[in-house]
Amino acid sequence: MVNVSKKTTGFNDIVKKIGFPTIFIGGFWILLLIAGGALGISINTLLSDTIKRAGMNGILVLAMVPSIQSGTGPNFALPVGIVCGLFATVWAIEFGFTGWAWLFVSIAFSIPLSVVVGYLYGRLLNAVKGSEMTIATYTGFSIVAAMCLAWLMIPFKSRNMGWFIGKGLRETIQLDVIGGDKILSEFLSFTIGGEKGIIIPTGMLLIFFLCCFIVWMYFRSKSGIAISAGGINPKFAKSSGIDIDKGRIKANILSTIMGAIGIIVYSQGYGYTQLYTAPLMMAFPAVAAVLIGGASAQRAKVSHVIIGVIIYQGLFTTALPVANQLFEGTDLSEILRMVIQNGIILYALTQVKGGDN
Amino acid sequence: MSDNLLSLKHVSKEYSGNKVLKDINIELKKGEIHALIGENGAGKSTLMNILFGMSVIHTTGGFEGTIEIEGKEADIKSPHDAMAYGIGMVHQEFMLVPGFTIMENIKLNREITKPNLVSPVFGKRLETLDIKKMNMDTRQALDTLDMSIEEYVQVAGLPVGHMQFIEIAREIDKTGLKILVFDEPTAVLAESEAANLLNAMKKLAQKGIGILFISHRLDEIIDVADVVTVLRDGEHVVTKNVEDTNKYEIAQLMVGRSITIDREEGTNKNIVDETILDIKDLHVAMPGERVKGVNLNVKKGEIVGIGGLAGQGKLGIANGIMGIFPAKGEVKFKGKKSALNDPKSAIKSGLAFVSEDRKGVGLLLDESIESNIAFSAMQINNEFLRNSGMIKLKDSKKIRDHANKMIKDLDIRCTSSMQRVGSLSGGNQQKVCVARALTLSPELLLVSEPTRGIDIGAKKLVLDLLKQLNNEGMTIIMTSSELAELRSICDRILIICEGKVEGVLPPDAPDAEFGLMMSGSRHIEGREVNG
Amino acid sequence: MNNENISERLNSSKVTTWLADNIVSLIFVAFTLFGFLVSDGVTMNFFLTELSSRFFRNAFLVLSLIIPVVAGLGLNFGIVVGAMAGQVAIAIVLYFGWGGLNGLLLTMLIALPIATLFGYLTGILYNKTRGQEMIASLMVGYFAKGIYQFLFLFVVGVIIKVPKTHPMIKPDGVGVRMTVDMGAYDKGGLKYALDKIWEIPFMWAILAIFAAILLLQLWKLIRNKKNPVLYRYNKTMTVINIILSLVMIAVSIQAITTESSLMMVRKVPVFTGLLIVALCIFNELILKTKLGQDFRSVGQSQHIAEVSGINVDKTRIIATIMSTVFAAWGQIMYLQNMGTLNTYGAHTQIGMFSVASLLVGGASTQKAGVKHAILGTLLFNSMFIMSPEIGLSLFGNALLGEYFRTFMVYGVIGLALGLHVWRTNKKGKATLN
Repeated sequence: MVNVSKKTTGFNDIVKKIGFPTIFIGGFWILLLIAGGALGISINTLLSDTIKRAGMNGILVLAMVPSIQSGTGPNFALPVGIVCGLFATVWAIEFGFTGWAWLFVSIAFSIPLSVVVGYLYGRLLNAVKGSEMTIATYTGFSIVAAMCLAWLMIPFKSRNMGWFIGKGLRETIQLDVIGGDKILSEFLSFTIGGEKGIIIPTGMLLIFFLCCFIVWMYFRSKSGIAISAGGINPKFAKSSGIDIDKGRIKANILSTIMGAIGIIVYSQGYGYTQLYTAPLMMAFPAVAAVLIGGASAQRAKVSHVIIGVIIYQGLFTTALPVANQLFEGTDLSEILRMVIQNGIILYALTQVKGGDN
Repeated sequence: MSDNLLSLKHVSKEYSGNKVLKDINIELKKGEIHALIGENGAGKSTLMNILFGMSVIHTTGGFEGTIEIEGKEADIKSPHDAMAYGIGMVHQEFMLVPGFTIMENIKLNREITKPNLVSPVFGKRLETLDIKKMNMDTRQALDTLDMSIEEYVQVAGLPVGHMQFIEIAREIDKTGLKILVFDEPTAVLAESEAANLLNAMKKLAQKGIGILFISHRLDEIIDVADVVTVLRDGEHVVTKNVEDTNKYEIAQLMVGRSITIDREEGTNKNIVDETILDIKDLHVAMPGERVKGVNLNVKKGEIVGIGGLAGQGKLGIANGIMGIFPAKGEVKFKGKKSALNDPKSAIKSGLAFVSEDRKGVGLLLDESIESNIAFSAMQINNEFLRNSGMIKLKDSKKIRDHANKMIKDLDIRCTSSMQRVGSLSGGNQQKVCVARALTLSPELLLVSEPTRGIDIGAKKLVLDLLKQLNNEGMTIIMTSSELAELRSICDRILIICEGKVEGVLPPDAPDAEFGLMMSGSRHIEGREVNG
Repeated sequence: MNNENISERLNSSKVTTWLADNIVSLIFVAFTLFGFLVSDGVTMNFFLTELSSRFFRNAFLVLSLIIPVVAGLGLNFGIVVGAMAGQVAIAIVLYFGWGGLNGLLLTMLIALPIATLFGYLTGILYNKTRGQEMIASLMVGYFAKGIYQFLFLFVVGVIIKVPKTHPMIKPDGVGVRMTVDMGAYDKGGLKYALDKIWEIPFMWAILAIFAAILLLQLWKLIRNKKNPVLYRYNKTMTVINIILSLVMIAVSIQAITTESSLMMVRKVPVFTGLLIVALCIFNELILKTKLGQDFRSVGQSQHIAEVSGINVDKTRIIATIMSTVFAAWGQIMYLQNMGTLNTYGAHTQIGMFSVASLLVGGASTQKAGVKHAILGTLLFNSMFIMSPEIGLSLFGNALLGEYFRTFMVYGVIGLALGLHVWRTNKKGKATLN
């Protein structure tokens, strides 16, 4: 009788537990770091950049967890949430908010907007069960394209945002003018190891960890547990009276909110708010990151997000200078990104089990 | 040299140590209709899988014994081989493509082609389809079955009876068809359609085709078959000429067995005459187990058994009451009307369900034992939660404590309450399901197929557990395909046939009564039977 | 053999069903007509010239999408991979300076094995991602882009040594240039190598095409009279086609004889047209073979096909290979008309634009035919031409028109996909009788 499970011992078991892609890609990053060091690139700079970019992108990757857990797969429609965040940002600037006020108003306004949009989009997803990922991708694309029209026609007057000639908003809005540039990143930031050490953008990391905590808590609540069950075994959930459709909508709203907050944090870290077609492809790096962290298209944990975003951002921030040193002139790191990012998504797709048969 | 068309000699099959077929010998002559009857688990499907070379047989160690066709040994390793030997099968689930025409369905992957300009270079697959000839062949097959429908009509939207006939037409279109197997062909047909089908069967037999007819309907067997073979628990019980036997005898042979599960004597249960559950005219749309009007009255404190052959609807009853599948009708629990199609309200009112689909509906395989046990009570009764302001968080300590208690009480063998349920044995998984139901503190427990897939030793433990719960006052409705276990602990047993209650029997009623009811031979027109 | 609609279990009338099936096409027709109404910068000549050249450039690519739909693979966004195969072939031929018609034929020959290999690999991928083929095809396009760039930016130069001085290679010797001029066909290049073999005036082409359509309809009528059972046809469509053909023949004869301004529309490349017609015929004929019937069987029900003994995996791979090879040739046809190889950008949008075209023509993820491809290419490209004009007239901003065009492309795919999935899900719900 097989009642007693063997304790996880041995290399093979560890590999299975963490996941082969995570180890492979993580290992590759470590290799690049070592190579970088050998080539004379400052490891501290590499690590600082990694932490910075992980903090910038973290919440966007976190948005994947609710949607995966609820059974709708990774949120390829992340641009929908991003657009909500951008819209809130732009409003805040138009109303003249600067600095911390701008940050709080943006976030505060983005939340109710995301709730409404997330609800509507959640209804759409419930009508297309089985093809959520494909529909999500095209919904994301369509919304971004529709917003391009909106950005052009919106009658805002703020000098900081508009084109110098004609109507409509600029493609890129500089945040230093309104005091928003790196406002979170520099809050309480410090350096490890002296002047040329590793820079820790405390404020940004704090808000990232706060959001992680919120998501983690949510999935330990009655509602979150119900949603997770509905995502992996709808029959089981239904037999306990759970309304799966409602759960999917709730999860989608949470995911949209994360997307909105995520882009605000990203923008301040970057120093620019980018409109128009910039959000078009932003779902894919986030999807790839959570998958690299060990998630599958059906199950994801907050730990996958943290591990994944660090490895993903680390890999590509390290690859750029190393590749430039080794092979001048070619943008090898960009090619590497295309191959790894899309490759891991393809790999995850091959692991998706067919529907209920 | 026998004049047998088909001979199965000493056929045996084992699935991981479990012998499901033991030394089966069946002979089929040309033009003979040979019926095969048996309860669930008797081995009929396995035998057909062997005859058809289905991969499930070969990937699990093959089978013992030989198959002979017209006296010569046949090596059947795939459905394609079976077809080459002239064996055809009319399945229960239609293998028809709705978007294709009748002709396209009949000729699927056996299309007739003509060579064209490119086929010599690129191969046979690029030959042009010879639609004219295929239409002619189809017409011929349909005419043989007296079907006037045009061959270019699309299959989608045709009545079920027609689809059945198209399945048959496909088989008889196959050249060299010698043996045709019908697997419960009349199960989905209306009476007139069933009559047509039996006529068609006789016609085909007259042409010399040997027919194997699997059915549970004794009336049909007596009507149409020449020979009948009874299988029971994988064993060949008897083969008789139909003219030498009768319904009663066949029914008895189908059910009666030497191994019984002993019933505990002496517990003179005082069953209060208080109705706890009253069901009127229940209809349930459960695929494969449709319920078409069941009446049932359950007294507080009794153990009611629901039995019947597979696909007759017995599993649909509990699923319908608990809202798993769409249902309509009237259900009153403890005197109050119970809402159907609402699992939450069913559970809240005091009903709990242990489903026959252990790994699907019953468990979250990748979660821990403790999470599974606490789930329903948490979601429906708000137990195991801590109120932290606006949000209700799970109370891990309470969950663990309760799980440990259940593990002790039900003797669940595991490493800890955190063990993944998917890695437990069947019996222990079943206990986790029961634990989850019991955590709801129900007044009435519905349990379906409680010992399915569990070895003999563990079976008794589960049944003992149910008996113990009943002694402590729980009313139980137990649905099972194993008559033996129903007879061992139930106070009375309902037999469901064709989606309705065929009759109610005491556990010690003679075997033949059970057999006749299960095969629907006791059905008297117009008289409603209440449970 | 027909590809008619599956009978609906929903209780809707024939008209509503037709509307729901064709709503996307109707939107595009309305859009084009609206464009003509609103804008004043667009003359019929300009419109027809643009439409004609776009049609001959893109039709082949759109036609390559049909077979995967029939075989149940859905919309093959992965034709991008085929396009890349075509570009690899072009790069090779341009590098060695083989031009003219011979050069072009050589390109197509070289592209064949490359596209077959790519198609085979993609087909294996689709079999591994059963049920999610469409998103897999989207992602494989992006993935292949990375590999392609690796090949063209790194392998060429670092691993395969090439001279810095070659016009195709970047000045530092590593990687192919971003734009490569393909050179005039009569001077050793590939531009117009196919188109300029034989060109005829637009109106003559119209005359020829509609005369052929008319003959085809008459032939269908005659066949049906001979054997009503075997050769059934769609009465309403045939009547419409006949009327349309007669009208267009009259128009074209009038234009030719009166030397109207319509004669100034750009000339039509005959050989390109013939290749397009050949692929149309191929698509129709293949469905009349055993292989085509296998495609349809697999597309209708993988399970039943498998049980009946069809090698489902292999059949799907063959369908993918065919689609990829045609996409490779289609991309070559596209590029010889463009005249410049946009090395890293040419293939990026063609997947989406081709899929959008097919959908606009009335196809769905499960049903696609030649007429959808042709109609769709015409309608889609009409919208493409009109959008900047509409943007300018309505909003005074041509850029708005550009963005609107992008929105329409994404939106039409999203809408068509969404509608289709929604209706499929609705049909599948179990009911209580």
